[in-house]
Amino acid sequence: MSATTAAVPFWRAAGMTYIGYSNICAALVRNCLKEPFKSEAASREKVHFSVAKWADGKQEKPSEFPAPPPPDPFMS
Amino acid sequence: MLRHAARRLASRAAAAPTARRALATAEVPAEAAEDSTFVEAWKKVAPNLEAPKTPISLMQPRPPTPASIPTKLTVNFVLPYKSEIANKEVDMVIVPATTGQMGVLPGHVATIAELKPGVLSVHEGNDVTKYFVSSGFAFVHANSIADIVAVEAVPVDQIDPALVQKGLADFTAKLGSASTDLEKAEAQIGVDVHSALNAALTG
Repeated sequence: MSATTAAVPFWRAAGMTYIGYSNICAALVRNCLKEPFKSEAASREKVHFSVAKWADGKQEKPSEFPAPPPPDPFMS
Repeated sequence: MLRHAARRLASRAAAAPTARRALATAEVPAEAAEDSTFVEAWKKVAPNLEAPKTPISLMQPRPPTPASIPTKLTVNFVLPYKSEIANKEVDMVIVPATTGQMGVLPGHVATIAELKPGVLSVHEGNDVTKYFVSSGFAFVHANSIADIVAVEAVPVDQIDPALVQKGLADFTAKLGSASTDLEKAEAQIGVDVHSALNAALTG
């Protein structure tokens, strides 16, 4: 016997997954913190990765996320 | 060859149910389990080498459900980046479940509750420690151990009221002007979280 389908939460009906919903909630809470805690949370949540596309079995040049800072024009 | 197949099938079928019990509601023994089937199979293949440990022997056994209701609740509260409360014995915990504020006392029935943005309060004697939880789950086990996991949890006094009001106004406006389902959902989440933050600050 199939169970009656429970009402899905509004975010799932809109196509969001639970992990997406949960991360959005966490980001909103972190945004509302008082100052020293807010910058600590921001530095804790920083993510750094480099992405490289492959074509014909060879790795193309990887790109970094976030982008590395541009070279300083005043340094020779 | 195939005459014996039926008999072999029957004997294997008879042996299987007793060897595999996925969900056992009986009490788990207190000693660390050694994986005896693995050790025996290992001995057949490599009798001179000592069998390596399997994950089950390294895990701490689950504390058994006591016969009478314990006086204290053991709470474990973890976040992805740190363990906020570990093995602390308290009197009561109130978790913000999606079905409403749920109070957990020692001897509470085993429950899994999904948490909504709200205040988690831990009561120990006369002290109450409150955290604002963004979302997560609370698992209450039959042996009066409560495991609470959250993505983000902050003590209520670290919340900035001005930012909360601003966020609430912003998202209420976005909710009015949202067009696609996804925008509406995001705006609704914003309104829910900020209203809960507001309630936590004023409540």
